Order: sequence, then C-alpha cells, then structure tokens
Amino acid sequence: MEEKDLEKELPSLQYSLLVKKIRDKFGESIRETKVFRGEITHVVGKDALIDICRFLKDEADLQFAFLSDVLGVDCRESISCFEVVYHLYSIPHKFRIRLKVRVKENESVPSVTSMWRSADFAERETFDMFGIVFEGHPNLKRIYMPLEWEGYPLRKDYPLVGYKDEYNPFGVEKKL
Amino acid sequence: MGITEGNVLFTTVDNIVSWGRRSALWPMTFGLACCAIEMIAAGCSRYDTDRFGIIFRPSPRQSDVMIIAGTMTKKMAPAIKRLYAQMPEPKWVIAMGGCASAGGPFNTYSVVQGADLVVPVDVYIPGCPPRPEALMYGFLQLQEKIRREMPSVFAKIKA
Repeated sequence: MEEKDLEKELPSLQYSLLVKKIRDKFGESIRETKVFRGEITHVVGKDALIDICRFLKDEADLQFAFLSDVLGVDCRESISCFEVVYHLYSIPHKFRIRLKVRVKENESVPSVTSMWRSADFAERETFDMFGIVFEGHPNLKRIYMPLEWEGYPLRKDYPLVGYKDEYNPFGVEKKL
Repeated sequence: MGITEGNVLFTTVDNIVSWGRRSALWPMTFGLACCAIEMIAAGCSRYDTDRFGIIFRPSPRQSDVMIIAGTMTKKMAPAIKRLYAQMPEPKWVIAMGGCASAGGPFNTYSVVQGADLVVPVDVYIPGCPPRPEALMYGFLQLQEKIRREMPSVFAKIKA
C-alpha cells in the first residue's frame, strides 16, 4: 500500500509508531505494509526478522511483550513460497501487529524463542504442520502428530483424507 | 418362605458362569472425546449404571469392558491397543458413537476410521454423541450377547 493510504487508514498514533517508525528504521527489510480494517501487517525480510522482533519488544513506546501465535500458510500455488505469520500484542499500549516472513520450500526461518517463550510450542506446531524449520529452536520436534509421522498435513499437496494404511482404508494410495 | 430354603436349583455351569459375567460388567474409566461426557452421565446418579452391576474401574487390569468413547486418533491407537492387551480375559469392547464405529465425520488423515481397525468390537452404538440411554441399551445388548456365549464350549475349542 502507498504511504499516504496507510496514513489515511490508521489513527495518527498507530501510524507514526507502528508503521512510520518501523519503516524508517528498517527501510528495505520491510518489503510491504498492508492495513486492513485497522490491522497492520508488515511483510519482512527473513534476515531482519530477529532485529525487528527485538526492536518491537524492547522499544519503550511499543513493548510487544506478548507473542499470541506463530502460524504457517502454504502459498506455493500463488506466490510459490510459505508464509510464517507472527501475531504480536503490546499489553501496556494495547497495540496489535502482524509480521509475515516468506520462505521458499526447504528454507529455514530464525526462531524467536529467545525473545518469547511462547514461540516454543507455536513454532513446533508450524514445523509439524508445514515442515518449516526454525533455526535455533531448542526442541524442534513434532507436537501434534506422532513422532514417526511422515509428511506435513497442512501442506496443500497433502491429501485431506490422508494416505492409505492399516487404520485408514479410505486414504489416498501413496505415490512411490 | 423363600424359594431357596430347603430346595435345590438346577442349572448348567455355562449358565451360571455367563450370568456372573454379564451381571458385573466393569468398564474401564477411559474417554477420548465428547462421547465420554455422555458416558460419565450414564455412570452418574440420574442414569446410574451401577444398578446393572456396571461399575467403572480405574485400571484396565480390573476391567471387563472397554468403551471406546470418542474419536480415536492414529496417535492414540497404539495406546488403546496396549490398554486392550492389559485387560484380562474375558473382555469385550463397545464402540460408542459414530467416530468409534466408523470414523464419524472425520474422514481425515489423523483419525482411525473405526475402532474395529484396532481392537475387536462387540457392540456398536450409533449417535453423535449417543445419549446415556443408548449407551445403556448397548450394555444390555452386550449382556444379551454374553448370555448366548457358551464358556465351556469356548474352553474346549481353545484347548
């Protein structure tokens, strides 16, 4: 979105703190900024993710101390990559912000567990469902599916009914 | 004067054994999903399965019946297999609800499409979830099934 559109969409305080301040500081690393119904989304570069997160958490007038969730989106059909989405909340200022990182298949994302402990389970879930590897995660293993499970169920190329096995006679035949 | 006083009653060993078995069906306290709530309701004072001799036990080693009460996931299947193996013979299985009978609405990658793919099921109870009356009817059907069993014949065949 254009800078002037962003300014029009948001209250001035939120625009100056959550859009302008961050865009001025990180410049090119903020690939894109979108506002939809007052929700701010920054698409950020993978390499700058940790710096941006640290800034959002530590800056006195931001204080995004609460990571609500980390999730994945399989966008390989439209933009040929995965998106990892971070939902942040600032408890003292009542701000919400969303960060997105785009990664190709087999690319890893830096883990934010060092900043938010709540990222631990959320990143494991994203790994379990999409196979996105979080570098620096202390215990990256499956969280929902059995440990010996093959494949990543929420990827678009994974069949909804699963693969045929002893417990699922209605599944799709596995291609060799 | 009572009927047993000074009298002798004749029956068969099979009858008396199966009478004993069906009159004290102890199910395992074990629920997987929302069906377990109905199972708990069936065990509580309003429906009160105790009056049939159905008393929930906290251990598979003391249980005769396993009620598969809810959606069985593939992750849960090995645990259920083990619990079934830990139960002493003779043992029976009730598949409670659509999920345990045939996967229910969950025709997905993570759900076992019917408990009979994991353990041998004796009684299937439809419903989503079945009401406590349905569970009790299932128990009565199981009792009827046990009544028709011939323990002595089974023992001979096994030997």
